[in-house]
Amino acid sequence: MTDARSSRTFALVLIGLALFVSLLPIALTILNALKTTTEINSSPFALPATLQWENFASAWRNAALGASLLHSAQTAGLTIVMVCATAAPCAYALARRKGRGWRFLAFYFMASITMPVQLYLYPLYFLYAKLGLVNSIPAVALIYTAMSSPFAILLLRAYVLAIPYELEEAAQVDGARPWQTFFHVVLPMMRPGLLTVAIIVGLNAWNEFVIAVTFLQSDSTVTAIVKFYNLTGQYSTDWGPMLAAAVIIVLPVVVLFVLLQRQFIEGMTAGAVKA
Amino acid sequence: MWLFALPAVLINVAIILVPAVLTFAAAFVTWDGVGVPAWAGILNFQRMVDDPVFWLALSNNVVWTLIFLTVPVAMAIVMAAALLLAPRGRLVVQSIIFLPRILAVAVIGRIFQGMIFSPATGVLARLNGHGFSLADPLADPDRSLYAVAAVDIWHWWGFLAVVFLAAMRQISLEQIEAARLDGAGFFALLRYVLLPGISPTFVLMLILTVIWSFQVFEFIFIVTRGGPAYGSEVLATLAYRHAFFDGDVGQAAAVACVMSLFGLCATAVYLRLQSRGGT
Repeated sequence: MTDARSSRTFALVLIGLALFVSLLPIALTILNALKTTTEINSSPFALPATLQWENFASAWRNAALGASLLHSAQTAGLTIVMVCATAAPCAYALARRKGRGWRFLAFYFMASITMPVQLYLYPLYFLYAKLGLVNSIPAVALIYTAMSSPFAILLLRAYVLAIPYELEEAAQVDGARPWQTFFHVVLPMMRPGLLTVAIIVGLNAWNEFVIAVTFLQSDSTVTAIVKFYNLTGQYSTDWGPMLAAAVIIVLPVVVLFVLLQRQFIEGMTAGAVKA
Repeated sequence: MWLFALPAVLINVAIILVPAVLTFAAAFVTWDGVGVPAWAGILNFQRMVDDPVFWLALSNNVVWTLIFLTVPVAMAIVMAAALLLAPRGRLVVQSIIFLPRILAVAVIGRIFQGMIFSPATGVLARLNGHGFSLADPLADPDRSLYAVAAVDIWHWWGFLAVVFLAAMRQISLEQIEAARLDGAGFFALLRYVLLPGISPTFVLMLILTVIWSFQVFEFIFIVTRGGPAYGSEVLATLAYRHAFFDGDVGQAAAVACVMSLFGLCATAVYLRLQSRGGT
């Protein structure tokens, strides 16, 4: 019994340590976002003499963060719409059709989940450049759609497989055509899955870096992440406003995470846990 | 029914499959991305193997893989076991250690540069005055790769712990209780009950780790850009440099092909495991 108790104590110590490690950089970010540059330089741990809300104002003003946040939101929103619109019917077909071609398609989507961006980035960029699609938010949302939809399709397929087939049969007996069955029977039951997909796809688009930094460089299309990246460097000195900008960019994601944790964790760990 | 799948398939083929095939083709031409490509045979591959930076990048990818197969996996497995044994407040703890995973890499990278590694404002510099000697590891070619890996581990390990915990919770409670009544301590329980109990998940995560380790780009590009002196260069950052800074797309494509080849072997194993389980 003492052994069980000591392993419980050990577990608690480990948990405490983990919380400290996970929260330290975040706490330092919030703390120092509210300090003057002189205060940050003298010690990252010290409390601010007065809270420098001015950092947030100057980050917003000087970095034109507002516009770039809007670009991020547009990109993420468009991606969510396109992924849901294309992945949901595809997932339905994949779940209900058997046969070689369909099995191959499922296999292909699975393979394309692990495909490195580098394998298609370069021709895609120069192709886009030729077509005048660089610095276009919808064109980038299309890339994100291609990158995210295999994940979305496989997740939604699992949802469709959980729907009792009798429901669709009943609709078919009543003379419903496949697209009617899809819209009136299947789609409503996929809703929780679509919410999870929307969250993960939106999160990925909001945070994405490689594609955004390569394809969206003009002031009228740059996303918040790239704007932040361009403004700051390894040897930045003006940390106060910079950390304030970091807080602004990350805040919507964290708020959503707090509200919809279950969907975040379910979506991100989907396919990782094997029975 | 095939109409249902058509839009998703078309987008995927146009954005991913066709350019991927073109990358393979581009590896055999000399091309600056704008002009007319000229046939080059295996010249790009020849130049690649003659380039010492390529070998440096490849070995950095291997080191990165070894780090990620061990350090975060060990941290995560121990943490998952701890959360299994001390379930009070587990949901909150789980969310907190998962939190770094949802933060943007560009933001995390800058925060670590400023708040942890910076010689002027970082935590490491504070420790320097107190019996430690920790010069900015990002400025040291021998240590920059490890410093960037530390940032990625911070971002990644909690997610892994949550995955392992979810798998451990499928192990029957009786089995765990029986082992504890037999006097199994923390590590004995981990070794003989929990680890064997989650082996399918464990193996899958190791394979995914290998796949992702050969693709690693963001953290390195953002934090060190592969530097200093190529100290943290990996294949992905090397390819990106070839394509967009040297204007040598053929060379970039050759590196990207080699990089994908490594991932491909792991992907083959991954696909076999996944399709057997029928996700």
